[in-house]
Amino acid sequence: MSIKKIDVETLNAWVDGLIQKQKVVGIQAKSDRFAFGPLSKAAELRLDYDVSILPPKSFFQPPRETVLTFNTGVGYESVIDSEPFVLLGVHPYDMTAIVQLDQIFSQTSSDIHYMTRRRHATIVVADVQAVSPNVFAGCMGTSYLEDGYDVLLTKIGDDYIVDAKTGKGEALMPALADAPDASESWLEQRKLVWEHNRQRLRKHELKADPSRWPDLLEHAYDHPIWEEKARLCFSCGSCNLVCPTCYCFDVRDDVNWDLSSGERVRTWDGCMLSGFAIVAGNLNFRKGATARYRHRYYRKGRYVPAKIAGQIACVGCGRCITACVPNIANPVEVFNRLTEGN
Amino acid sequence: MVNTHGPQNDIYRPEMATVVRSEPMTALERFLEFKLDSGGELGHMPGQFAEVSVFGIGEAPISISSSPTQNGSFQMVVRAAGSVTHAMHNLKHGDKVGIRGPFGTHFPVDGEMKGKDIVFVCGGLGLVPVRSAINYVLHHREDYGNVTILFGAKSPADRVFVAEVEEWTSKESVTYVETVDRGDEEWTGRVGVITTLMTDMKVDPSKTVAIVCGPPVMYKFAVMSLHKMGIIEKNIFVSLERNMKCGVGKCGHCQIDHLYVCQEGPVFRFSDVSEVQEAIQ
Repeated sequence: MSIKKIDVETLNAWVDGLIQKQKVVGIQAKSDRFAFGPLSKAAELRLDYDVSILPPKSFFQPPRETVLTFNTGVGYESVIDSEPFVLLGVHPYDMTAIVQLDQIFSQTSSDIHYMTRRRHATIVVADVQAVSPNVFAGCMGTSYLEDGYDVLLTKIGDDYIVDAKTGKGEALMPALADAPDASESWLEQRKLVWEHNRQRLRKHELKADPSRWPDLLEHAYDHPIWEEKARLCFSCGSCNLVCPTCYCFDVRDDVNWDLSSGERVRTWDGCMLSGFAIVAGNLNFRKGATARYRHRYYRKGRYVPAKIAGQIACVGCGRCITACVPNIANPVEVFNRLTEGN
Repeated sequence: MVNTHGPQNDIYRPEMATVVRSEPMTALERFLEFKLDSGGELGHMPGQFAEVSVFGIGEAPISISSSPTQNGSFQMVVRAAGSVTHAMHNLKHGDKVGIRGPFGTHFPVDGEMKGKDIVFVCGGLGLVPVRSAINYVLHHREDYGNVTILFGAKSPADRVFVAEVEEWTSKESVTYVETVDRGDEEWTGRVGVITTLMTDMKVDPSKTVAIVCGPPVMYKFAVMSLHKMGIIEKNIFVSLERNMKCGVGKCGHCQIDHLYVCQEGPVFRFSDVSEVQEAIQ
């Protein structure tokens, strides 16, 4: 696979070329923050962003998607709503989360809706240039990646290294055929960028190595922290909403005006919302905010890792910390406290 | 947009089934029988559930009440408790529904229940999924030891499968005992919660398997009574209700701590969940 070194002008020409050929979604400014959206020209691309408002998972598991259509008395038909696209500028921690979701949605019973979008996507990861206010990816081992991406862009000085890792990534490279291959010394410099990012993407300092989270939680079910934090929880679900590894969903039917046809819609859901574990008859199996708050951390540190070979389902993006109004959603604070015992 | 019509590998796409029987069972519950339009069998085991779709209303997990030994159709009993079950109460003969499944674990009728004495402990609608196992066991009667069915209902009017229970009662090979929380003027049977049926019951704990299903509040007390009879946790199986929304271990709604009820349940060996904090209320 090829690894090229290009200047910014070549990068922009490359991106403009991609846009002419296919759908390109890229990171761009949204007011004073950043969001992923369809890219119409390279000049809109903001690889110098710190963190996107929502994680890029929404391009694989949209906030609202039609899964099936139906005709009353006739049947249900699958809707696979997807086309090939390039996703440009994903940070390494978000790519880590996507790799986790890939495992969740493909294991046991493969989810064709998620997996088709995923198969259609070529993901260009960009190493972090600007540090966001609450990121702690450096503590989570997710501040850089050596695989999982299709293409990796790393800014070194005024230039970029473009590293195609997969066949899908390589398919974007012909336009850069004339660019020089990245030399050994450039790859050494990339390692320095990775090390630099590992050290600076630590706005919160984690005392407990993530590999210890499952064990810490094993003995923490009755720890006082759950109630202390949950007492302030609005059960608003903002932490679920912005989390790149949250994937729980709700399903409901929407009927058309003819009252006979319609669609089955899947939407994001969140375990912090008060009604998440309700069954018919209004019995709520996770009634208190404390039980819900604890459940979320157990999912991140124990339950989901058990499903995906031990990978911790928190990638240190810090979005939950920023989104939480009563300021109780900092995973670093929670796990540091658990390391101290009661 | 690529609209692929009905790929066979979409885990969310229901297949069609037709209502072949629909009748009221009690004031609150309705009995429904379905046939898959494909002509095939649902292929379930006792204790499993299926996702039922009612057009325009939605989908809900429903226990399968018939035994797989009954060929060609399957049965469910629903209380009108949510939007889908309300809509199911309006289903008539010939109406179409969507079915996904069967999903989940089953009572070990084909495994460690074989050769053992069986005690079924059912509270209220708990009899609905357990009926599948009871009829399976009665169909293969010679494969099992003594069969005891304990049933508790809120009131005489809340009893389900009354005619079928008559049939079980008339069999010499089955001990059926029932009680109601509150009797009425005509009730001459026992009155009291279901555990009162267990106080004077004798079993051989070394060869007894117990099956427990009922409202959430029942499990703790039923299991305590079984313990008193000498039946250990390993030999008790419970069926737990949660919101098994997707049935395929993705949506997160049915989780009991780390357990996905739609895949690792709804039937659990009690010793596997007795230490799981969210499992037993």
